[in-house]
Amino acid sequence: MSSTLSKIEKRTAYTLLLPAVCLVFAIILFPIFANVWISFKEVGLKDIRIPEPRAKKIVKNIQDSNSELKIIYKLRNSSLIQDIREVRFSDKLPKNIKPVNLDKRCEFKSQKVKCFFGNWEAGYRENFEIFVKNVNNNAINSKYIKSNKPDLNGKSNNILLTTDFTLKNFKNVFINNNFFELLMTTFYFTFFGTLGAILLGIFAAQLVNQKFYGRTFMRSILLFPYVGPVVALAYTWTLLLDPNSGTINSLLVNYGVIEKPINLLGQKYLIINILGFELKLRLALTTVIFFEIWRYFPLAFLFILARLQAIPRDLYEAADVDGAGPFRKFFYITLPQITAILSILFMIRFIWNFNKFEDIFLLTGGASGTLTLPISVYQQGFAVSNIGMGSAVSIVIVLLLITFMIIYFKLIGKKANEI
Amino acid sequence: MKFKSLIITLLASSIFLTIIICIWKILATLQGLSFTNLNFNLNLLLSLGLVITCVFIGKKFNHNLKIFVLSLSFSILYTFFNENSPMWFSVGVFLLVLFFTNKLKKYDLKYLNQDFISEKIVFEFLSLFAIVFFALVILFPFYIMIVTSFKTQTALLINPIDLSIDFSKNIFEIFKSYFVIFKTYDFGRYILISSYVSVGTVLITLLFAIPAAYAVARLNFFGKTFLSTSILIIYMFPAIVLVIPLYTVFSQLGLRNSVEGLLIVYTATTLPVAIYMLQGYFKSIPKEIEEAGLIDGQNWFGIIIKIIIPLSLPAIASVSLYVFMIAWNEFLFSLMFLDNPKTFTLSRAINHLTGDAETPRQYLMAGSVVVTLPILLIFIYFEKYLVSGLTAGSVKG
Repeated sequence: MSSTLSKIEKRTAYTLLLPAVCLVFAIILFPIFANVWISFKEVGLKDIRIPEPRAKKIVKNIQDSNSELKIIYKLRNSSLIQDIREVRFSDKLPKNIKPVNLDKRCEFKSQKVKCFFGNWEAGYRENFEIFVKNVNNNAINSKYIKSNKPDLNGKSNNILLTTDFTLKNFKNVFINNNFFELLMTTFYFTFFGTLGAILLGIFAAQLVNQKFYGRTFMRSILLFPYVGPVVALAYTWTLLLDPNSGTINSLLVNYGVIEKPINLLGQKYLIINILGFELKLRLALTTVIFFEIWRYFPLAFLFILARLQAIPRDLYEAADVDGAGPFRKFFYITLPQITAILSILFMIRFIWNFNKFEDIFLLTGGASGTLTLPISVYQQGFAVSNIGMGSAVSIVIVLLLITFMIIYFKLIGKKANEI
Repeated sequence: MKFKSLIITLLASSIFLTIIICIWKILATLQGLSFTNLNFNLNLLLSLGLVITCVFIGKKFNHNLKIFVLSLSFSILYTFFNENSPMWFSVGVFLLVLFFTNKLKKYDLKYLNQDFISEKIVFEFLSLFAIVFFALVILFPFYIMIVTSFKTQTALLINPIDLSIDFSKNIFEIFKSYFVIFKTYDFGRYILISSYVSVGTVLITLLFAIPAAYAVARLNFFGKTFLSTSILIIYMFPAIVLVIPLYTVFSQLGLRNSVEGLLIVYTATTLPVAIYMLQGYFKSIPKEIEEAGLIDGQNWFGIIIKIIIPLSLPAIASVSLYVFMIAWNEFLFSLMFLDNPKTFTLSRAINHLTGDAETPRQYLMAGSVVVTLPILLIFIYFEKYLVSGLTAGSVKG
């Protein structure tokens, strides 16, 4: 009895799970594996269109006779790269209308013109003509004939399904494209973005955890940068930082802080003189990191605030009795209480910042020293139009991610479940 | 009397006041006042004088009278020593100082004698400063976004820091950018598409996630632990690594440039977190309620519809709002999949506007306001639900 019950339970569970699992498998897991396949191939953006035979139908009247018509089909192979084999064609004619002097490749059966065109090489074009005649010598409705669309089909190789593989993409990723610089930029961006967001999050959480007038309002607006759409926010910031007429540069020039506007998003290095030492600051990258911090500290804030509110009040009361000031209370009570959540937050945010695409893409497009791995996927795949290279970079990202996750689960996986 | 705490109080509070007034001045500059000097040192001296008088007078006079007289004299002195400014600016200074001196209410020589008082005072002013800082840093871009959308291209080019709105113009002139983006750039259509995609994503995600979450939370089956751990791992994989294969497959299937294609991808990418959030909540529902349902002869379908869903409406609301937010704000996939202006979502449409360097920035900002406003209003209205959704889902972002 119990075994049948558990069987029913199992079957129910699988039925309930099936749709979700299938969808996730098709849209998330399959592409991750497909990346591996594509990354070993030499595929460009233009190769992924499957070549199709196409026909444009033009109907022309013949002078002095309205019972006869000429139909022109402008035939072509949609691809300029690949051949199509065994192209077949068929088009329906209205009743009582018959073709005259039909092409050898075609036959007329049950009011249908059927043709076999054989192989079309890449970029093939032909103007194919049929003359038709009304059997009863009545006028032909040319609009009606035009409204019928011809059917075409043919066989072609799908470049994605062939089995030619190459290691060229990976060679290019690691050797030709300044891979080390790309990696370092990604790590700078990720590390400082995460650290800054968490530090700012601690400040904000500490602030909102006190009582003051307008506290709930403050808590709402602190989340605005994260809730707002990235497109709108990124463009607003681009406008604010614009060197020609951006608000921030104009204000700084107006108050004499700087002499010339600084192109905060378009300048790779800023040279700073400190005590005779020349420091090169990655200016555009720093700006992008600041945007990143601005946009994602709300998440750190939410997490830390939730933890702060769970710290028992009597700890602070005891500290008051001992005569500890607010800074001491923070360093000796608050900080030890939130270290666990901070480490988890750091790992998770690190992984997510590592994958950030939209923010940098919208602010700089990866120019002036802000090219990170995710941007590189887009650039290789869609700007250079080399899908294979893009996939190879994706694979590098996935491998690094898996490494981070293993570290994450080894270090704090168990703690994460407790919180 | 402790000399050290007196000095610290004086410095901390006067620096705070000076900074607040500088911020007020900068904001006033954006309203078209032509200030070019912040006069930081002079104003610091003025503030110091104010604080010293305030502390030494202490509680000898009526508090309200004291702060009124002090603020008035401060703002007169301030206006006298600084550039000419209109009345409203001085009134602003007066109100700020009034607020500030009110904060100094309990500070007199006796109060400053307590233990750890300097640390407390520094902390207090740091907190006040932090409130101003966070509010400014967060709201400033939103303010610029809104204000720019009401300007004209020529006005922005002539004086980029004058962002004042000219209310003498008629309402059609002021809202011109909005009329233009709705008429010329077809934003009405994009709002509809974006709403359709977002609401559709929410509905399909719930349809898939509720049964799956129920199975993970309640039923026993082979591979359950594996499944529940892999949900989070899958969630960690970013959209950027999915983009190339999905792009190729969707191109070949003809799903690119279709809203349905976007719906499928959005649903799949939000499913893991939706399942994760819902199953956590389902586990907290007492099992006895379901068992009662089982005895009444309900099958799993009946249990989910009649028991689980009504009991977990708050969690479902959180998930829905969170998924809605993700779908509404999503950019990467809409950039990749949509290149026909007929199927654009709002985010993609704004991105498309910038593709043409000639597009005036006020149209861009009007578009940004149109895409930002709905999601912020929803957030403010349903804040409680969305915050719990964000907290649970903020492994992502």
